[in-house]
Amino acid sequence: MPVLEADGVSKHFQTRRGIFGASRGVVRAVDDISFSVDEGQTLGVVGESGCGKTTTAKLVLGLEEPSGGSIRFQGKDLVGLDTVERRHYRKSVQAVFQDPYASLNPRMRVRDIISEPLVTNENLPATTVRDRVLEMLDLVGLPARSADLFPHEFSGGQRQRIAIARALSLSPRLIVLDEPVSALDVSIRAQILNLLTDLQDRLGVSYLFIAHDLAAVAHMSHTIIVMYLGKIVESGEARALARTPKHPYTEALFSASLPSHPDEKREEIILPGEVPSPLNPPSGCYFHPRCPHAMPRCGQEAPVLRDVEGRRVACHLFDGPGSM
Amino acid sequence: MSTTAAPVPIAVQAAPRSRMARLGDVPIIPCTILGIIAFTAVFADFLAPHDPQFGNLTARFHPPAWQAGGSMEHIFGTDHLGRDVLSRLIFGARVSLVVGFTAVIVAGVIGTTLGIISGYLGRWADQVIMRVTDTWLALPALTFAIFLAAIVGPSEMNIVIILGAVYWTRYARIVRGEVLSLKEREFVRLAIVAGASKWTIMRRHILPNVINSSIVLATLMLGVVIVTEASLSFLGVGVPPPKPAWGVMLSDGKQGLMVGYWWLTVMPGTCIMLMVLSANLLGDWLRVKLDPQLRQL
Amino acid sequence: MSSSTRNSVNSDTMTSHSQGAPLLELRNLSTHYVSAAGTRVVRAVEDVSLTLHARETLGIVGESGSGKSTLALTMLRVLPPAAQIVSGQMLFEGEDLVQKSEEDMRKVRGKRIAMILQDPMASLNPLFTIGDQVGEPLREHEGASRKTAWEKAIQLLKSVRIPSSETRVTQYPHEMSGGMRQRIVGAIAISCEPRLLIADEPTTSLDLTIQAQYLNLLRDLQQEHGLGLIFITHNLGIVAKMCNLLAVMYAGKVVESGPVSRVFNTPAHPYTEALLSSIPRMTEQRQRLTAIDGQPPDLSNLPRGCAFAARCPRVFARCMVEEPPIFTPSPGQTARCWLAAPNTAHASSPQVSVGAL
Repeated sequence: MPVLEADGVSKHFQTRRGIFGASRGVVRAVDDISFSVDEGQTLGVVGESGCGKTTTAKLVLGLEEPSGGSIRFQGKDLVGLDTVERRHYRKSVQAVFQDPYASLNPRMRVRDIISEPLVTNENLPATTVRDRVLEMLDLVGLPARSADLFPHEFSGGQRQRIAIARALSLSPRLIVLDEPVSALDVSIRAQILNLLTDLQDRLGVSYLFIAHDLAAVAHMSHTIIVMYLGKIVESGEARALARTPKHPYTEALFSASLPSHPDEKREEIILPGEVPSPLNPPSGCYFHPRCPHAMPRCGQEAPVLRDVEGRRVACHLFDGPGSM
Repeated sequence: MSTTAAPVPIAVQAAPRSRMARLGDVPIIPCTILGIIAFTAVFADFLAPHDPQFGNLTARFHPPAWQAGGSMEHIFGTDHLGRDVLSRLIFGARVSLVVGFTAVIVAGVIGTTLGIISGYLGRWADQVIMRVTDTWLALPALTFAIFLAAIVGPSEMNIVIILGAVYWTRYARIVRGEVLSLKEREFVRLAIVAGASKWTIMRRHILPNVINSSIVLATLMLGVVIVTEASLSFLGVGVPPPKPAWGVMLSDGKQGLMVGYWWLTVMPGTCIMLMVLSANLLGDWLRVKLDPQLRQL
Repeated sequence: MSSSTRNSVNSDTMTSHSQGAPLLELRNLSTHYVSAAGTRVVRAVEDVSLTLHARETLGIVGESGSGKSTLALTMLRVLPPAAQIVSGQMLFEGEDLVQKSEEDMRKVRGKRIAMILQDPMASLNPLFTIGDQVGEPLREHEGASRKTAWEKAIQLLKSVRIPSSETRVTQYPHEMSGGMRQRIVGAIAISCEPRLLIADEPTTSLDLTIQAQYLNLLRDLQQEHGLGLIFITHNLGIVAKMCNLLAVMYAGKVVESGPVSRVFNTPAHPYTEALLSSIPRMTEQRQRLTAIDGQPPDLSNLPRGCAFAARCPRVFARCMVEEPPIFTPSPGQTARCWLAAPNTAHASSPQVSVGAL
C-alpha cells in the first residue's frame, strides 16, 4: 500500500473584495490532482510559480484542508480522522522547509528544537528524549555538543541538518521537503542531498520533494509529477521523464533548465508570454496559449490525464488515433 | 574524504557568547543616574536627613544651602510646611520608581498577552482586541487617567492600576505587529506540523521572540508613565498627600515661583527630567542592542 | 531615427575585433573591508586578474564568501564606505578606473558600463513610471529632453521584447511580472549603449521558462550591440549555457580561469573539480554526489598557505605552508594550485614531501 495517496484533490481559495466580503473570484490553487507516494520512495514535484506545489505541500501536511477529493495516509482518509488518528498522522508526516534561517526558533536550543515533536506528542522520560536527540544528531552528522547551542551558531547547511534531525525525531513515514537546498551554497547542497539519500536508504522514509532545480529533483526522485496552474500535466518515472518528456510544457521546462556542461546541446524551446494568473486561467487546456503545438481543440476542451507508454500525460497530442 | 558512506561529523565552532554578556558599550550616564535613583529609593530611610512628611513650621521657605538665608541643615531648602526638600526628593524617588516600574510591568503583561492573542489567533479575537485598542488609544492618556482616578479615587495602588490600564495598548499594537510576521515564519509552521497546540505555540515560540520588544518598549514607557504620574499628582489626583511624590512637589511649589522660591519646583522638576531622560536613553540603547541580534537570528 | 543611429554606431564597433585591445582588464585588484576600529580586515577580493574582450561573455563563479559580489561592486566603484580598493588596476578601454575621480566615474556608470542586479523589484523605484525610469540614464548622460527620452524608452522596451510598449511605458513596476521587470532593468542598462554589461545573479528570482527567455534576450542583445558581458553567479549552469570564459573564485581569489569548455573538461583546481562533480546530472543513475566537506574560511582570518587546503581532497604538505601562485596548466587556463605547477605529476596520494617540488 502506498504511504500517501491523493485522489482528485482540489483546493480553492475565495478572493475577498469589499468590506462585506463579497467573493469576487476563485483561485484554483490545486485542481483535481491525484498521485501516490510509495514506501521508501521519493515523489518529485516540479513547476513554476503559481503551479500549486506549495499548496500541495500544505495539503499533505494538514496545514490546509482540501476543498474536494481525498488524501489518504496508509489507507485512511485525512478528513475523517479522530483526535488520536490525527495525532498519529502528525507524528508520521513531517516537513523540512526552504529557509534554514527561518525554520529554527532562534530562542530555542538545538536539543529543544529537535525534541519538540517528541515532547509534544509523547510522554517520555527526559533521559529517553535526550538519547533520542543525540541519536538524531548522529544520524545527520552533527557532533553531540550541538545540542546545547543556539541556531545562530550554525551555518546554513548545518541548520538544515538540524531541521532534518527534527523532522526525523518521530520516525516519520513521510517527509515533505519544500525546496530544502535552494537557499544553500552549491557545494553544501551536495552534502545535504547525499544525507537525504542515505537516510532514505537506511530508514526507508518516503519523501515528497519539491524544488525548482530540475536536476536535483530528477536526481533524488523515483517518480516526478509536473504541475501547471494547479493541474498535473505529466507524471511518470523520474529519469525517463527527464530524458524524454512528452507534454509540451515538460519539454519546455526541461529545455529551460540549465545544462551541466557547455557541450550539452539541447533544443531550445522558448515559451512566449508569462504564466497566466490563477485567478483567470485560460479556457480548455491551461497551457494552450503558450503551447508550440496548440490545436483548435486545445482552447475548447481540457485534456485528461491518460496513460501513454507508462507515463501519464494530459495533452490532446496523445489522445489516441484520429485525434491529431 | 569527499565521498563518505556515513555522514561525517562536522566540526562546530562554539560561537562567542551572546552579545548581552559583553557590556562594553553600556551608556554610563543614564545607567548611573538610574542606579543612583534606585539606590536612593531603596535606602531612603537611611539617606534622608529629615522626615519627609512632617515639617517644622518655623522653618518654612528656607532657600537652598548656597543661597543667603540657607543652611546645611536643609541643603535644598524647605517648602511651605517646613518640610525638608531633599528628604522629600529622596522619598519621592521611591514613589516614582515603584509606581513607574509596577505600572510599566502591569501594562506590559496585559499588553503583550493581548497582543500575542490578537496577532496569533486572528479573526474575531483580533478584531475585538484591536477595536478596543483603537478606542483606548483615541482617548488622550492623561484625560483618561484623570477620569479613572476620579472614579476609583486616588491611592498608590490605584494609580498603578490606572496607569497599567491606560498604557497597555502601546504594547498590544507593537507586539501584535511582530506576531503577525512571526506567525509566518517557518519554525512556527513546523511547530504546527509537529502537533503543538495554539497555546503551546504562543507560549513556547511566539512569546520568547517578542519579549525583547516588550522590554525595550517598557524602558521607553517608563519615562512616559513617570511623567503621567507626576502630572496626575500635579493635578491632585495622583498619589495622595502627605506622601511625597515629585509631581505633588511640583504642584505645591508652583505658587512659590512667583515669589522667587524657585527651588520648590526646579528640584523636583530636575529629578523628573533626569529620570525620564535616562530611561529614554537606556531604552534607545537597548533597542539598538537587541534589534540587530533579532535581525541576525 | 534612434534605431538608425544605433545601427551606425554598431557597424563601427563591429569592425573592431573582439581580440586585440581588451575591453576590460583587471590587474592584481584587491578590495578590503576594514572595520570601524581598524582592527579587522576582510580581504574580500585579493589579487584578482581577469581579461575580457568585446563580444565575450565571462562567468565569475563563486559561493557565498567568495568575494564575487564585492568584485562586482568594485568594478563600478560603488563600494560601501567600509571597503577600499587597496591595490591593482581596472583598465576599461585602456583607462584605469581605480584612478578616476568620482565625477568621472559617474560618467562611466550607466553609460559605458551598466549593471543588472538580482532583484528586479528592488532595482525599480515603485513611485515612478516605467517610462521615467527607462529614460533616466538618457536624460542624465546624454542630456535628452523628456520627450526624446520617453520615445526612446518605448523603443527600448520593444528591443527587450516587451509587448504593447506604448502602454507599458505609462505603467508602474508593481503592475508588471517579475520577468518583465527584469527586462525593464535590462532596457535601462542598455539605454546608453554601454560597452560592458555586468549581470549579478540576474535570473535567480525568475521562473525557469522565464529565465530561458531572459538569457536568450541577453544573448541577442550582446550580439546586436557588441557588448562585453560578465555574469556573476553561483550557478555553473548559467556559465555552461551563456559564457565562453570562466573564472572561479574562492576566498577572495580567482583560483581558476580559462575557456569554459577547457575548464569544464579538465579542471585544474580541485575546488573547480569538486564544484563540477557536486552538481546533480539529470539523466544519470541515482549516485552519490561529490560533496565538499567543511566550510569556507573566514576572510578576516585566512590560514597560512592555500585557502582551500583545509577542504581539499588532494592536499599535500606544501599547500598548508605556502600559498600557490598562478600557474598556466594549458594555454589560456590559469590555476592557483601547486598541482598545476609545471613538472608536477598530479599526485594521487596526498603525501608528497616539500623537497620533491
